[in-house]
Amino acid sequence: MGNTLSAAVSIGFHGLAFAMVLYLISVGLSVTMGLMGFVNLAHGVFAMAGGYVVTSLMSRWGVPFLPALLGAAVAVSLASIPIERVLYRRLYGGEELDQVLLTMGLVFMSVAAATYVWGPLQQPLQPPPWLSGAIDLGVRSFPAYRSFLILCGAALVTVLWLGIERTRFGARVRASVDNLRMAQSVGIDTSRLFMTTFALGSGLAGLGGGLGADLLAINPSYALQNLAYFLIVVAVGGLGSIRGPFVAALLLGIADSGFKYLLPEFGAFFIYTLTMGILLWRPRGLFGRA
Amino acid sequence: MNTPALETRGLRKSFGALTVANAVDFRLEHGARHALIGPNGAGKTTFVELVTGALQASAGQIHLDGADITHLPQAARVKRGLVRTFQITALFRRLSVLENVTLAVCERQGVGGGLFRPAGRHRGAIEEAHALLEQLGLEVEALRPVNLLAYGRQRLVEIAVSLALSPKVLLLDEPAAGVPSGESGAIIKVIERLPSDIALLIIEHDMDLVFRLAQRITVLVQGSVLVEGPLEAIAMDPEVRRVYLGERVPR
Amino acid sequence: MTPSRAIDAFARRHRYHPLEALPWLAAVASYFIFPDYLALGAQILATILFALSADLVLGYAGIVTLGHAAFLGTGAYTAGILAAHGWGEPFTGILAGSVAAAFLGFLSGLVVLRTTGLALLMQTLVVATLVAEAANKASFITGGDDGLQGMEVWPIFGWFRFDLFGRTSYAYCLALLFLGWLIARQIVHSPFGRSLIGIRENVRRMHAIGAPVARRRLTIYTISAALAGVSGALIAQTTQFVSLSFLSLERSGTVLIMLIIGGVGRLYGAFIGVPLYMIAQNRFSEIDPVYWYFWIGLLMVLVVVFARGGVLGLFDRFRR
Repeated sequence: MGNTLSAAVSIGFHGLAFAMVLYLISVGLSVTMGLMGFVNLAHGVFAMAGGYVVTSLMSRWGVPFLPALLGAAVAVSLASIPIERVLYRRLYGGEELDQVLLTMGLVFMSVAAATYVWGPLQQPLQPPPWLSGAIDLGVRSFPAYRSFLILCGAALVTVLWLGIERTRFGARVRASVDNLRMAQSVGIDTSRLFMTTFALGSGLAGLGGGLGADLLAINPSYALQNLAYFLIVVAVGGLGSIRGPFVAALLLGIADSGFKYLLPEFGAFFIYTLTMGILLWRPRGLFGRA
Repeated sequence: MNTPALETRGLRKSFGALTVANAVDFRLEHGARHALIGPNGAGKTTFVELVTGALQASAGQIHLDGADITHLPQAARVKRGLVRTFQITALFRRLSVLENVTLAVCERQGVGGGLFRPAGRHRGAIEEAHALLEQLGLEVEALRPVNLLAYGRQRLVEIAVSLALSPKVLLLDEPAAGVPSGESGAIIKVIERLPSDIALLIIEHDMDLVFRLAQRITVLVQGSVLVEGPLEAIAMDPEVRRVYLGERVPR
Repeated sequence: MTPSRAIDAFARRHRYHPLEALPWLAAVASYFIFPDYLALGAQILATILFALSADLVLGYAGIVTLGHAAFLGTGAYTAGILAAHGWGEPFTGILAGSVAAAFLGFLSGLVVLRTTGLALLMQTLVVATLVAEAANKASFITGGDDGLQGMEVWPIFGWFRFDLFGRTSYAYCLALLFLGWLIARQIVHSPFGRSLIGIRENVRRMHAIGAPVARRRLTIYTISAALAGVSGALIAQTTQFVSLSFLSLERSGTVLIMLIIGGVGRLYGAFIGVPLYMIAQNRFSEIDPVYWYFWIGLLMVLVVVFARGGVLGLFDRFRR
């Protein structure tokens, strides 16, 4: 029985860490898709870019870990703005196929660009010394970096949720997701709102990519390899929802960890079948608008 | 005939705590010229959606010519002659006017799903569609894509499509909505000339139209029927005048 | 326009136009002009059939799918497994592949087509991934990562061998593409096909004219799966090899790319986009796969922004 408990704690712990990373990366995608109705298959590129920036800053310029993370989030956020203004904006309200193809094209370009600049191999993340090793709680020890991930993630999630609930900006986002035309007629500048939420979501993704470089390896095919996971989190969570993807990420993270531990052969089957079932039951996702 | 063409009993629709249709009892007689009016948000279009089956009712019954259709899907109701038009034009925008109507004719004839004869060989359906266009004065633009037509003409195509389905009960949802006043005359004429065996329910905001076309009126306010009766009685009703504060009610 | 003229013009749309002979003349001519490239040619022809099947759901019915390769792969593995286990008769192999794919199409369609938008996209992706996982796990039949080994396809009619030069393959693929095209063309010009366009253009309106929308979508999804299965079986038989890449997201994605290059929903977009893409890929991706990826990505972005109708769309614009 001690073994089962220990296994459960392990699975819960690693699942939670994975869920945090998935959530930070995917929440921006959820809002983009819910707000602008835009199928952005290239969202993973921002996470990847964040990962590359963090690892490059740390290994080539010796920037310490936390500033590197911050730098990555800001850099990716700023870089995403021209992409939204120049490319994505043309296709809002347009055909789904166009959006799929445009963003797929961007993914291909990112794969090539990343290979060109950084080569085809994975960029390993060297966590700073104060995060290496394990935290010993007496009865159990937990890997320090993953613990940091969970705490950091929890803090960011709290800030995000408070921001959405308490700030005027958050209110505008929620109103626009709920009913865009109504929001426009009330005087909300939706064009600028799109740009700002997109930038924030991309910045968060960059942050998540950098933080999670240890869980989701940073390599040129990152956006393709992890596309399914990000889409699952968003689709199951519910487009435009802020909380829904968190629940979805938890489900996905814990299922993934659980199966890796217990039944590595069938993890993918279970996750995909579960996704299909949830989408059949709730096509708009668990917390999506009816 | 005592059986009404269309009848709802206690029709209700709620979205959680919000009730958009509240125990609506409604009768539409055969050959009627009936209007459904009410302020914005009264639930008029919701009523149409419930009756046609685009929305599932929370409670209540719907009868078409005596038969209970409450649980029939939308397509089945259409096949029995319950047809609607849309408040915001819902046509196949990139297809031609003729094709829009032909598609409806083919569905009515039951050949819409045919795989073996090319669509062009269904000459009868095409000719019927074209005849309908001629009736409504649309034959000049038969081969033009619908989205290139003036909006008033598009609304006429909406009506043509609905007529192609041989309706017994026709629900016109704000047929002149959004149409510049120069073009609405044609629409009104078409409605006036509709065959008398079709039971007609018009949802309208424009009181001039209502007074010109309707013999009976039902007033809907916040999902409930406020009052129902012949045109003259409703026009005099003080409750109705109060509800329409500020709207012209011609004497 | 007098009434009968308008009706005549409308009723004549399905008649054969002389230009429609062009692709077939080009295909036959290529047999003689490019004798060294017949193996590639056969693959192009088979892939055109795949793209044609995808166009039926994508361009006509408006169902955006990221999982069409599931049907290609099912057809391929079915024909392949038969050939690897002693039954190498080509035509029955095609038939078996087609039926298996149609079956998968029907079953998955029942589930997948209940949703729209992102949920639908996700479901198609999920189905394809599940099929790929199953194929991977069942490596005792499918060969798993190494691919299906030991296929032996018998000569056609017992006489025409599948040789290294690809002559038989080319003619075989051409014949089956022709059949597939006849079927697709028939569907597109039928009332059923026109109603698919209606479903794509305005599904609310289709419901309101009494059309059984769900049934129509499921039917075209199943037919499309069957045709995709034929193309998969063709590729398997002519290369005598099947691998997991047949079921990959990349396969599903590249068929979308090929269609948009040629023009989606135009029946002939496949005939233009597929050869362009595959010939370019054949030339350039060997030189530098990184550059290939970049330029294809850039091309897609440019096509979506500037030339949405693909090559056929550009023709239309110049004609005006």
